[in-house]
Amino acid sequence: MNILVCISKAPDTTSKIAFTNGNTQFDENGVQYIVNPYDEWYALVRALELKEAQGGNVTIITVGGAADDAVIRKALAIGADDAVRIDASATDAYFTAMQIAAYAEGKGFDLILTGKETIDYNGSQVGGMLAEALNLPYIAIATKLDVAGSTISCEREIVGGVQEVEVQAPAVVSCAKGMAEQRIPNMRGIMAARTKPLTVVAPVALDALTTYSSYSLPAAKSSVKLIDPNNLDELVALLHNEAKVI
Amino acid sequence: MNLVYINSANGLSKAALETVTYAKKLGADVAVVTNANASAETLTALGNYGASTILQDTAINGQDPSQLVKLVAAAAEKVGASTIVFSHDLIGKAVAPRLSVRLKAGLVAGAVALPEPDGSIRVNVFSGKAFGYVRVNSNTRIISLLPNSIQPEQIGGNCSVEAFDGQAGSSNIVVKATKKPEGAIPLPEAELVVSAGRGLKGPENWGVVEDLATALGAATACSRPVADIGWRPHHEHVGQTGVAIRPNLYIAAGISGAIQHLAGVNGSKVIVVINTDAEAPFFKAADYGIVGDAFEVLPRFTEAVKRFKATQH
Repeated sequence: MNILVCISKAPDTTSKIAFTNGNTQFDENGVQYIVNPYDEWYALVRALELKEAQGGNVTIITVGGAADDAVIRKALAIGADDAVRIDASATDAYFTAMQIAAYAEGKGFDLILTGKETIDYNGSQVGGMLAEALNLPYIAIATKLDVAGSTISCEREIVGGVQEVEVQAPAVVSCAKGMAEQRIPNMRGIMAARTKPLTVVAPVALDALTTYSSYSLPAAKSSVKLIDPNNLDELVALLHNEAKVI
Repeated sequence: MNLVYINSANGLSKAALETVTYAKKLGADVAVVTNANASAETLTALGNYGASTILQDTAINGQDPSQLVKLVAAAAEKVGASTIVFSHDLIGKAVAPRLSVRLKAGLVAGAVALPEPDGSIRVNVFSGKAFGYVRVNSNTRIISLLPNSIQPEQIGGNCSVEAFDGQAGSSNIVVKATKKPEGAIPLPEAELVVSAGRGLKGPENWGVVEDLATALGAATACSRPVADIGWRPHHEHVGQTGVAIRPNLYIAAGISGAIQHLAGVNGSKVIVVINTDAEAPFFKAADYGIVGDAFEVLPRFTEAVKRFKATQH
Protein backbone atom coordinates (compact mmCIF):
# COMPACT_ATOMS: atom_id res chain seq x y z
CA MET A 1 0.00 0.00 0.00
CA ASN A 2 1.34 3.41 -0.97
CA ILE A 3 0.62 5.94 1.73
CA LEU A 4 0.99 9.70 1.58
CA VAL A 5 1.26 11.38 4.98
CA CYS A 6 0.73 15.14 5.07
CA ILE A 7 2.82 16.81 7.73
CA SER A 8 3.03 20.36 8.97
CA LYS A 9 5.54 22.08 11.17
CA ALA A 10 4.14 23.51 14.40
CA PRO A 11 5.65 25.43 17.29
CA ASP A 12 6.64 23.24 20.23
CA THR A 13 3.73 22.99 22.70
CA THR A 14 5.65 24.95 25.34
CA SER A 15 6.39 27.88 22.98
CA LYS A 16 5.59 31.38 24.13
CA ILE A 17 2.99 32.71 21.72
CA ALA A 18 3.58 36.33 20.66
CA PHE A 19 2.98 38.44 17.57
CA THR A 20 4.97 41.07 15.74
CA ASN A 21 4.56 43.65 12.97
CA GLY A 22 1.51 45.30 14.55
CA ASN A 23 0.06 41.93 15.61
CA THR A 24 -0.11 40.69 12.02
CA GLN A 25 2.61 38.01 12.19
CA PHE A 26 3.50 35.17 14.51
CA ASP A 27 6.73 36.01 16.31
CA GLU A 28 9.06 33.13 15.46
CA ASN A 29 11.81 34.50 17.65
CA GLY A 30 13.08 31.67 19.86
CA VAL A 31 10.37 29.28 18.68
CA GLN A 32 11.37 25.65 18.28
CA TYR A 33 9.48 23.91 15.48
CA ILE A 34 8.37 20.29 15.69
CA VAL A 35 6.36 18.01 13.42
CA ASN A 36 2.71 18.71 14.27
CA PRO A 37 2.00 16.01 16.90
CA TYR A 38 -1.19 14.70 15.26
CA ASP A 39 0.64 14.29 11.95
CA GLU A 40 3.62 12.58 13.57
CA TRP A 41 2.32 10.48 16.47
CA TYR A 42 -0.79 9.19 14.81
CA ALA A 43 -0.75 9.58 11.01
CA LEU A 44 2.92 8.89 10.34
CA VAL A 45 3.45 6.19 12.96
CA ARG A 46 0.29 4.33 11.91
CA ALA A 47 1.38 4.54 8.26
CA LEU A 48 4.73 3.02 9.23
CA GLU A 49 3.05 0.23 11.21
CA LEU A 50 0.89 -0.62 8.19
CA LYS A 51 3.91 -0.63 5.92
CA GLU A 52 5.90 -2.82 8.32
CA ALA A 53 3.04 -5.33 8.47
CA GLN A 54 1.99 -5.33 4.83
CA GLY A 55 4.75 -3.74 2.75
CA GLY A 56 4.45 -0.62 0.65
CA ASN A 57 5.86 2.85 0.75
CA VAL A 58 5.36 5.86 3.02
CA THR A 59 5.89 9.29 1.50
CA ILE A 60 5.62 12.46 3.56
CA ILE A 61 4.63 15.78 2.05
CA THR A 62 4.64 19.31 3.38
CA VAL A 63 4.11 22.81 2.00
CA GLY A 64 6.82 25.17 3.18
CA GLY A 65 10.18 26.84 2.65
CA ALA A 66 13.68 25.41 2.93
CA ALA A 67 13.66 26.06 6.70
CA ASP A 68 11.13 23.24 7.00
CA ASP A 69 13.65 20.64 5.83
CA ALA A 70 14.57 20.11 9.50
CA VAL A 71 11.10 18.83 10.42
CA ILE A 72 11.04 16.78 7.20
CA ARG A 73 14.30 15.06 8.22
CA LYS A 74 12.79 14.34 11.64
CA ALA A 75 9.82 12.59 9.99
CA LEU A 76 12.22 10.67 7.73
CA ALA A 77 14.22 9.65 10.81
CA ILE A 78 11.09 8.15 12.33
CA GLY A 79 10.87 5.93 9.26
CA ALA A 80 9.20 7.50 6.21
CA ASP A 81 10.79 6.38 2.93
CA ASP A 82 10.87 9.64 1.04
CA ALA A 83 9.67 13.20 1.24
CA VAL A 84 8.21 15.93 -0.91
CA ARG A 85 8.32 19.61 -0.08
CA ILE A 86 6.19 21.99 -2.09
CA ASP A 87 8.27 25.12 -2.09
CA ALA A 88 5.77 27.76 -1.01
CA SER A 89 4.59 29.50 2.12
CA ALA A 90 1.46 27.73 3.41
CA THR A 91 -0.77 30.81 3.48
CA ASP A 92 -4.07 29.11 4.30
CA ALA A 93 -5.53 25.62 4.51
CA TYR A 94 -7.07 25.86 1.04
CA PHE A 95 -3.75 26.83 -0.55
CA THR A 96 -1.99 24.02 1.32
CA ALA A 97 -4.56 21.37 0.44
CA MET A 98 -4.73 22.33 -3.23
CA GLN A 99 -0.93 22.20 -3.53
CA ILE A 100 -0.87 18.71 -2.04
CA ALA A 101 -3.80 17.64 -4.22
CA ALA A 102 -2.02 18.91 -7.34
CA TYR A 103 1.00 16.78 -6.41
CA ALA A 104 -0.94 13.68 -5.38
CA GLU A 105 -3.26 13.61 -8.40
CA GLY A 106 -2.48 10.58 -10.55
CA LYS A 107 0.38 9.33 -8.34
CA GLY A 108 -1.59 6.26 -7.23
CA PHE A 109 -1.59 6.74 -3.47
CA ASP A 110 -3.94 4.24 -1.81
CA LEU A 111 -4.25 6.15 1.41
CA ILE A 112 -3.69 9.79 2.27
CA LEU A 113 -3.35 10.63 5.96
CA THR A 114 -3.39 13.92 7.84
CA GLY A 115 -3.44 14.76 11.53
CA LYS A 116 -6.85 15.77 12.88
CA GLU A 117 -5.66 19.38 13.12
CA THR A 118 -2.48 21.37 13.59
CA ILE A 119 -1.73 22.72 17.03
CA ASP A 120 -1.11 26.23 15.67
CA TYR A 121 -4.07 27.00 13.40
CA ASN A 122 -6.39 24.23 14.68
CA GLY A 123 -8.64 24.37 11.64
CA SER A 124 -9.14 20.64 10.83
CA GLN A 125 -9.44 21.65 7.19
CA VAL A 126 -6.72 20.15 5.01
CA GLY A 127 -7.96 16.53 5.03
CA GLY A 128 -11.49 17.37 3.92
CA MET A 129 -10.26 19.82 1.31
CA LEU A 130 -7.85 17.24 -0.12
CA ALA A 131 -10.61 14.64 -0.28
CA GLU A 132 -12.89 17.00 -2.20
CA ALA A 133 -10.13 18.13 -4.57
CA LEU A 134 -9.22 14.50 -5.34
CA ASN A 135 -12.85 13.31 -5.26
CA LEU A 136 -12.09 10.70 -2.59
CA PRO A 137 -14.05 9.48 0.44
CA TYR A 138 -13.06 11.19 3.69
CA ILE A 139 -13.05 9.70 7.16
CA ALA A 140 -12.54 12.52 9.64
CA ILE A 141 -11.00 12.19 13.10
CA ALA A 142 -10.31 8.47 13.09
CA THR A 143 -9.02 6.89 16.28
CA LYS A 144 -8.26 3.47 14.74
CA LEU A 145 -7.13 2.54 11.23
CA ASP A 146 -6.67 -0.87 9.67
CA VAL A 147 -6.21 -2.08 6.13
CA ALA A 148 -7.08 -5.48 4.64
CA GLY A 149 -6.50 -5.66 0.91
CA SER A 150 -8.17 -2.57 -0.49
CA THR A 151 -10.60 -2.23 2.44
CA ILE A 152 -9.80 0.55 4.90
CA SER A 153 -11.56 0.20 8.23
CA CYS A 154 -11.62 2.94 10.84
CA GLU A 155 -13.13 3.85 14.12
CA ARG A 156 -14.10 7.49 13.98
CA GLU A 157 -15.54 9.92 16.47
CA ILE A 158 -19.09 11.09 15.89
CA VAL A 159 -21.12 13.56 17.93
CA GLY A 160 -21.59 11.82 21.28
CA GLY A 161 -19.96 8.49 20.43
CA VAL A 162 -17.85 6.43 18.05
CA GLN A 163 -18.57 4.60 14.83
CA GLU A 164 -16.86 1.73 12.99
CA VAL A 165 -16.76 2.38 9.25
CA GLU A 166 -15.27 0.82 6.13
CA VAL A 167 -14.33 2.34 2.81
CA GLN A 168 -12.53 1.14 -0.30
CA ALA A 169 -9.11 2.61 -1.09
CA PRO A 170 -8.14 5.19 -2.14
CA ALA A 171 -9.37 7.44 0.66
CA VAL A 172 -8.34 10.31 2.90
CA VAL A 173 -8.30 9.80 6.69
CA SER A 174 -7.56 12.38 9.39
CA CYS A 175 -5.90 10.81 12.41
CA ALA A 176 -6.44 11.38 16.13
CA LYS A 177 -5.29 9.98 19.43
CA GLY A 178 -5.70 6.24 19.89
CA MET A 179 -4.40 5.24 16.47
CA ALA A 180 -0.75 4.73 17.40
CA GLU A 181 1.90 5.60 19.96
CA GLN A 182 4.67 8.15 19.57
CA ARG A 183 8.00 6.81 18.28
CA ILE A 184 11.34 8.31 19.18
CA PRO A 185 13.77 8.19 16.24
CA ASN A 186 16.92 6.18 16.93
CA MET A 187 20.46 7.01 15.79
CA ARG A 188 20.24 4.67 12.81
CA GLY A 189 17.03 6.36 11.68
CA ILE A 190 18.56 9.80 12.08
CA MET A 191 21.62 8.80 10.02
CA ALA A 192 19.50 7.15 7.34
CA ALA A 193 17.25 10.22 7.11
CA ARG A 194 20.13 12.33 5.83
CA THR A 195 20.31 10.42 2.58
CA LYS A 196 16.64 9.64 1.99
CA PRO A 197 15.19 11.35 -1.09
CA LEU A 198 13.64 14.79 -0.52
CA THR A 199 12.07 16.17 -3.67
CA VAL A 200 11.38 19.90 -3.85
CA VAL A 201 8.43 20.71 -6.09
CA ALA A 202 7.41 24.13 -7.43
CA PRO A 203 3.91 25.21 -6.35
CA VAL A 204 0.99 25.52 -8.74
CA ALA A 205 -0.39 29.03 -9.19
CA LEU A 206 -3.44 29.67 -7.03
CA ASP A 207 -4.76 32.20 -4.53
CA ALA A 208 -5.58 31.61 -0.89
CA LEU A 209 -9.27 31.96 -0.01
CA THR A 210 -8.65 33.43 3.44
CA THR A 211 -6.17 35.78 5.12
CA TYR A 212 -5.29 36.19 8.78
CA SER A 213 -5.57 39.98 9.07
CA SER A 214 -4.35 40.14 12.66
CA TYR A 215 -3.93 38.30 15.96
CA SER A 216 -4.52 39.08 19.61
CA LEU A 217 -3.79 37.51 22.96
CA PRO A 218 -6.51 36.76 25.51
CA ALA A 219 -6.83 39.29 28.32
CA ALA A 220 -4.78 38.24 31.32
CA LYS A 221 -6.86 36.55 34.02
CA SER A 222 -7.30 38.61 37.13
CA SER A 223 -5.84 36.76 40.08
CA VAL A 224 -7.71 33.83 41.51
CA LYS A 225 -10.23 34.41 44.29
CA LEU A 226 -9.53 31.86 47.01
CA ILE A 227 -12.49 30.36 48.84
CA ASP A 228 -12.40 28.79 52.30
CA PRO A 229 -12.71 24.99 51.82
CA ASN A 230 -15.22 24.97 54.68
CA ASN A 231 -17.47 27.57 53.07
CA LEU A 232 -18.72 26.12 49.81
CA ASP A 233 -21.98 28.07 50.16
CA GLU A 234 -19.91 31.17 49.49
CA LEU A 235 -18.54 29.65 46.28
CA VAL A 236 -22.00 28.67 45.09
CA ALA A 237 -23.27 32.19 45.85
CA LEU A 238 -20.38 33.72 43.90
CA LEU A 239 -20.98 31.41 40.94
CA HIS A 240 -24.62 32.49 40.96
CA ASN A 241 -24.43 36.21 41.76
CA GLU A 242 -21.00 37.28 40.54
CA ALA A 243 -20.02 34.86 37.75
CA LYS A 244 -23.67 34.19 36.81
CA VAL A 245 -22.91 30.69 35.53
CA ILE A 246 -25.32 28.68 37.70
CA MET B 1 -29.60 34.67 2.17
CA ASN B 2 -27.63 32.82 4.83
CA LEU B 3 -27.74 29.04 4.84
CA VAL B 4 -27.21 26.84 7.91
CA TYR B 5 -26.54 23.10 7.82
CA ILE B 6 -27.98 21.12 10.72
CA ASN B 7 -27.96 17.42 11.41
CA SER B 8 -31.35 16.66 12.92
CA ALA B 9 -30.99 12.87 13.28
CA ASN B 10 -31.27 13.21 17.06
CA GLY B 11 -33.57 16.22 17.17
CA LEU B 12 -32.25 19.73 17.62
CA SER B 13 -29.04 20.14 19.59
CA LYS B 14 -28.05 23.31 21.35
CA ALA B 15 -25.27 23.68 18.76
CA ALA B 16 -27.94 23.68 16.04
CA LEU B 17 -29.84 26.51 17.73
CA GLU B 18 -26.59 28.45 18.14
CA THR B 19 -25.78 28.24 14.44
CA VAL B 20 -29.26 29.47 13.44
CA THR B 21 -29.07 32.37 15.92
CA TYR B 22 -25.60 33.20 14.60
CA ALA B 23 -26.72 33.16 10.97
CA LYS B 24 -29.69 35.40 11.83
CA LYS B 25 -27.43 37.86 13.64
CA LEU B 26 -25.20 38.05 10.56
CA GLY B 27 -28.11 40.04 9.16
CA ALA B 28 -30.00 38.29 6.38
CA ASP B 29 -32.82 35.80 6.04
CA VAL B 30 -31.85 32.32 7.13
CA ALA B 31 -32.54 29.08 5.33
CA VAL B 32 -31.70 25.78 7.00
CA VAL B 33 -30.78 22.59 5.18
CA THR B 34 -31.01 19.38 7.15
CA ASN B 35 -30.95 15.66 6.57
CA ALA B 36 -32.60 12.78 8.45
CA ASN B 37 -36.15 12.24 9.59
CA ALA B 38 -36.85 14.82 12.29
CA SER B 39 -40.56 15.73 12.34
CA ALA B 40 -41.77 19.02 10.86
CA GLU B 41 -42.90 20.06 14.37
CA THR B 42 -39.38 19.62 15.66
CA LEU B 43 -37.86 21.54 12.78
CA THR B 44 -40.29 24.48 12.87
CA ALA B 45 -38.88 25.31 16.32
CA LEU B 46 -35.90 26.65 14.35
CA GLY B 47 -38.17 29.49 13.23
CA ASN B 48 -38.01 30.92 16.75
CA TYR B 49 -34.26 31.21 16.43
CA GLY B 50 -34.35 32.98 13.07
CA ALA B 51 -34.87 30.44 10.27
CA SER B 52 -37.48 31.33 7.64
CA THR B 53 -37.19 28.24 5.41
CA ILE B 54 -36.13 24.69 6.13
CA LEU B 55 -35.09 22.30 3.37
CA GLN B 56 -35.26 18.71 4.54
CA ASP B 57 -33.65 15.80 2.70
CA THR B 58 -34.93 12.60 4.26
CA ALA B 59 -32.96 10.33 1.91
CA ILE B 60 -29.63 10.88 3.66
CA ASN B 61 -29.46 9.44 7.13
CA GLY B 62 -25.76 9.02 7.68
CA GLN B 63 -22.85 11.39 8.11
CA ASP B 64 -20.86 10.74 4.94
CA PRO B 65 -19.19 14.07 4.14
CA SER B 66 -19.21 13.21 0.39
CA GLN B 67 -23.01 13.09 0.45
CA LEU B 68 -23.52 16.00 2.83
CA VAL B 69 -21.32 18.29 0.77
CA LYS B 70 -23.52 17.65 -2.26
CA LEU B 71 -26.65 18.31 -0.21
CA VAL B 72 -25.37 21.60 1.20
CA ALA B 73 -24.01 22.73 -2.18
CA ALA B 74 -27.38 22.04 -3.82
CA ALA B 75 -29.20 23.96 -1.09
CA ALA B 76 -26.73 26.85 -1.36
CA GLU B 77 -27.42 27.10 -5.07
CA LYS B 78 -31.18 26.92 -4.58
CA VAL B 79 -31.34 29.73 -2.02
CA GLY B 80 -28.46 31.77 -3.45
CA ALA B 81 -26.49 31.62 -0.18
CA SER B 82 -23.77 34.19 0.40
CA THR B 83 -22.82 32.76 3.81
CA ILE B 84 -23.05 29.13 4.89
CA VAL B 85 -22.83 28.29 8.59
CA PHE B 86 -21.96 24.94 10.20
CA SER B 87 -21.37 23.96 13.78
CA HIS B 88 -17.64 23.27 14.21
CA ASP B 89 -18.52 19.82 15.50
CA LEU B 90 -17.45 16.46 14.09
CA ILE B 91 -19.78 16.78 11.10
CA GLY B 92 -18.89 20.41 10.40
CA LYS B 93 -15.18 19.60 10.57
CA ALA B 94 -15.66 16.92 7.90
CA VAL B 95 -18.10 18.68 5.59
CA ALA B 96 -17.21 22.41 5.67
CA PRO B 97 -13.68 21.93 4.21
CA ARG B 98 -15.07 19.82 1.36
CA LEU B 99 -17.65 22.51 0.64
CA SER B 100 -14.94 25.18 0.67
CA VAL B 101 -13.16 23.43 -2.22
CA ARG B 102 -16.37 22.61 -4.07
CA LEU B 103 -17.62 26.21 -3.99
CA LYS B 104 -14.20 27.89 -3.89
CA ALA B 105 -15.51 29.70 -0.83
CA GLY B 106 -13.23 30.71 2.02
CA LEU B 107 -13.79 28.82 5.28
CA VAL B 108 -13.50 30.37 8.72
CA ALA B 109 -13.03 27.23 10.80
CA GLY B 110 -13.93 27.44 14.49
CA ALA B 111 -15.36 30.98 14.67
CA VAL B 112 -15.93 32.12 18.25
CA ALA B 113 -17.77 35.41 17.63
CA LEU B 114 -19.79 37.44 15.17
CA PRO B 115 -17.71 39.37 12.60
CA GLU B 116 -15.66 42.36 13.70
CA PRO B 117 -16.49 45.81 12.22
CA ASP B 118 -13.88 45.19 9.47
CA GLY B 119 -15.57 41.93 8.51
CA SER B 120 -12.87 39.63 9.87
CA ILE B 121 -13.97 36.81 12.15
CA ARG B 122 -12.26 35.74 15.36
CA VAL B 123 -11.06 32.15 15.75
CA ASN B 124 -8.94 30.40 18.36
CA VAL B 125 -5.38 29.73 17.25
CA PHE B 126 -2.36 28.14 18.91
CA SER B 127 -4.67 25.78 20.79
CA GLY B 128 -6.55 28.58 22.51
CA LYS B 129 -3.45 30.56 23.50
CA ALA B 130 -4.31 33.35 21.03
CA PHE B 131 -6.99 34.63 18.68
CA GLY B 132 -6.68 35.10 14.94
CA TYR B 133 -8.89 37.33 12.80
CA VAL B 134 -9.73 35.70 9.48
CA ARG B 135 -10.78 37.64 6.42
CA VAL B 136 -12.48 35.76 3.59
CA ASN B 137 -11.32 36.72 0.09
CA SER B 138 -14.08 34.98 -1.89
CA ASN B 139 -17.63 36.23 -2.55
CA THR B 140 -19.21 33.30 -0.73
CA ARG B 141 -18.00 32.51 2.77
CA ILE B 142 -18.34 29.47 5.00
CA ILE B 143 -18.22 29.77 8.77
CA SER B 144 -18.04 26.86 11.20
CA LEU B 145 -19.01 28.04 14.67
CA LEU B 146 -17.34 26.58 17.75
CA PRO B 147 -20.05 25.27 20.14
CA ASN B 148 -20.87 27.51 23.14
CA SER B 149 -19.60 30.64 21.36
CA ILE B 150 -22.95 32.40 21.41
CA GLN B 151 -26.22 31.77 23.22
CA PRO B 152 -29.27 30.64 21.23
CA GLU B 153 -31.84 33.47 21.21
CA GLN B 154 -35.45 33.44 20.17
CA ILE B 155 -35.20 36.28 17.69
CA GLY B 156 -37.25 34.81 14.85
CA GLY B 157 -40.80 33.96 13.92
CA ASN B 158 -42.46 31.38 11.75
CA CYS B 159 -40.84 29.16 9.24
CA SER B 160 -41.88 26.64 6.65
CA VAL B 161 -40.51 23.15 6.14
CA GLU B 162 -40.23 21.82 2.62
CA ALA B 163 -38.99 18.53 1.25
CA PHE B 164 -35.73 18.86 -0.63
CA ASP B 165 -33.81 16.43 -2.78
CA GLY B 166 -30.10 17.18 -2.55
CA GLN B 167 -29.28 14.53 -5.19
CA ALA B 168 -26.55 13.35 -2.86
CA GLY B 169 -26.25 9.85 -4.30
CA SER B 170 -25.19 6.81 -2.32
CA SER B 171 -22.50 6.64 0.33
CA ASN B 172 -19.20 4.86 -0.21
CA ILE B 173 -18.59 4.73 3.54
CA VAL B 174 -20.10 1.61 5.10
CA VAL B 175 -21.11 1.96 8.75
CA LYS B 176 -20.47 -1.30 10.63
CA ALA B 177 -21.38 -0.24 14.16
CA THR B 178 -22.28 2.85 16.17
CA LYS B 179 -21.61 3.18 19.89
CA LYS B 180 -23.27 6.02 21.76
CA PRO B 181 -23.41 6.23 25.54
CA GLU B 182 -27.08 6.76 26.47
CA GLY B 183 -28.27 9.99 27.94
CA ALA B 184 -24.86 11.61 28.37
CA ILE B 185 -24.46 15.31 27.56
CA PRO B 186 -21.99 15.63 24.64
CA LEU B 187 -18.96 17.23 26.26
CA PRO B 188 -18.32 19.95 23.63
CA GLU B 189 -21.88 21.21 24.09
CA ALA B 190 -22.03 21.08 27.88
CA GLU B 191 -22.42 24.44 29.64
CA LEU B 192 -21.22 23.08 32.97
CA VAL B 193 -18.38 20.57 33.30
CA VAL B 194 -16.92 18.85 36.34
CA SER B 195 -13.50 17.38 35.65
CA ALA B 196 -11.00 15.48 37.72
CA GLY B 197 -7.46 14.19 37.45
CA ARG B 198 -4.94 11.93 39.10
CA GLY B 199 -5.59 13.61 42.45
CA LEU B 200 -8.68 11.39 42.68
CA LYS B 201 -6.31 8.41 43.13
CA GLY B 202 -8.44 5.77 41.38
CA PRO B 203 -11.52 5.16 39.22
CA GLU B 204 -13.49 3.88 42.21
CA ASN B 205 -13.40 7.39 43.69
CA TRP B 206 -15.29 9.08 40.84
CA GLY B 207 -18.55 9.02 42.76
CA VAL B 208 -17.79 12.40 44.36
CA VAL B 209 -17.22 13.87 40.87
CA GLU B 210 -20.40 12.37 39.45
CA ASP B 211 -22.45 13.50 42.46
CA LEU B 212 -21.42 17.11 41.92
CA ALA B 213 -22.04 16.82 38.17
CA THR B 214 -25.51 15.41 38.80
CA ALA B 215 -26.35 18.13 41.32
CA LEU B 216 -25.30 20.82 38.84
CA GLY B 217 -26.63 19.10 35.69
CA ALA B 218 -23.07 19.07 34.37
CA ALA B 219 -21.08 16.76 32.11
CA THR B 220 -18.03 14.95 33.50
CA ALA B 221 -14.53 15.18 32.04
CA CYS B 222 -11.00 14.17 32.96
CA SER B 223 -7.33 14.92 32.39
CA ARG B 224 -5.09 13.04 29.98
CA PRO B 225 -3.29 10.73 32.47
CA VAL B 226 -6.63 9.56 33.83
CA ALA B 227 -7.84 8.60 30.33
CA ASP B 228 -4.46 7.08 29.42
CA ILE B 229 -4.45 4.71 32.39
CA GLY B 230 -8.04 3.77 31.71
CA TRP B 231 -9.73 5.22 34.80
CA ARG B 232 -12.11 7.10 32.53
CA PRO B 233 -13.14 6.72 28.86
CA HIS B 234 -11.11 8.59 26.23
CA HIS B 235 -14.05 10.69 25.09
CA GLU B 236 -13.96 12.42 28.49
CA HIS B 237 -10.36 13.55 28.05
CA VAL B 238 -10.13 17.32 27.65
CA GLY B 239 -6.90 19.02 26.66
CA GLN B 240 -4.71 19.61 23.69
CA THR B 241 -4.79 16.01 22.49
CA GLY B 242 -8.34 15.37 23.66
CA VAL B 243 -11.48 17.45 23.35
CA ALA B 244 -11.29 21.24 23.48
CA ILE B 245 -14.25 22.69 25.36
CA ARG B 246 -15.52 26.14 26.27
CA PRO B 247 -18.25 25.70 28.88
CA ASN B 248 -19.62 28.51 31.05
CA LEU B 249 -18.22 26.77 34.12
CA TYR B 250 -15.30 24.35 34.32
CA ILE B 251 -14.60 22.79 37.71
CA ALA B 252 -11.26 20.96 37.96
CA ALA B 253 -10.45 18.79 40.96
CA GLY B 254 -7.07 17.17 41.44
CA ILE B 255 -5.68 18.47 38.12
CA SER B 256 -2.40 20.40 38.32
CA GLY B 257 -3.05 22.38 35.13
CA ALA B 258 -0.28 21.48 32.68
CA ILE B 259 -0.14 23.76 29.64
CA GLN B 260 -1.53 20.98 27.43
CA HIS B 261 -4.57 20.61 29.69
CA LEU B 262 -5.14 24.37 29.79
CA ALA B 263 -5.12 24.45 25.98
CA GLY B 264 -8.30 22.39 26.01
CA VAL B 265 -10.20 24.41 28.62
CA ASN B 266 -8.95 28.00 28.51
CA GLY B 267 -12.00 29.06 26.51
CA SER B 268 -14.14 28.35 29.59
CA LYS B 269 -15.94 31.42 30.90
CA VAL B 270 -15.32 30.63 34.57
CA ILE B 271 -12.82 28.15 36.00
CA VAL B 272 -12.91 26.73 39.54
CA VAL B 273 -9.84 24.82 40.69
CA ILE B 274 -9.70 22.49 43.67
CA ASN B 275 -6.24 21.24 44.58
CA THR B 276 -4.33 20.33 47.73
CA ASP B 277 -1.23 22.03 46.32
CA ALA B 278 -1.52 25.82 46.59
CA GLU B 279 1.33 26.07 44.06
CA ALA B 280 -0.51 24.08 41.35
CA PRO B 281 -0.17 26.05 38.08
CA PHE B 282 -3.90 25.72 37.42
CA PHE B 283 -4.64 28.35 40.09
CA LYS B 284 -3.05 30.97 37.81
CA ALA B 285 -5.71 30.24 35.19
CA ALA B 286 -8.58 29.98 37.70
CA ASP B 287 -11.26 32.49 38.66
CA TYR B 288 -12.03 30.76 41.95
CA GLY B 289 -9.72 28.44 43.83
CA ILE B 290 -10.01 26.15 46.80
CA VAL B 291 -6.86 24.82 48.39
CA GLY B 292 -8.12 21.60 49.86
CA ASP B 293 -8.66 17.90 49.50
CA ALA B 294 -11.05 17.00 46.67
CA PHE B 295 -12.46 14.13 48.76
CA GLU B 296 -13.64 16.63 51.37
CA VAL B 297 -14.36 19.62 49.15
CA LEU B 298 -16.39 17.91 46.40
CA PRO B 299 -19.06 16.41 48.72
CA ARG B 300 -19.40 19.77 50.53
CA PHE B 301 -19.66 21.49 47.14
CA THR B 302 -22.42 19.04 46.15
CA GLU B 303 -24.35 19.72 49.36
CA ALA B 304 -23.97 23.49 48.87
CA VAL B 305 -25.30 23.18 45.31
CA LYS B 306 -28.28 21.16 46.55
CA ARG B 307 -29.04 23.78 49.21
CA PHE B 308 -28.82 26.50 46.56
CA LYS B 309 -31.06 24.61 44.13
CA ALA B 310 -33.63 24.10 46.90
CA THR B 311 -33.92 27.88 47.32
CA GLN B 312 -34.46 28.40 43.58
CA HIS B 313 -37.91 26.83 43.40
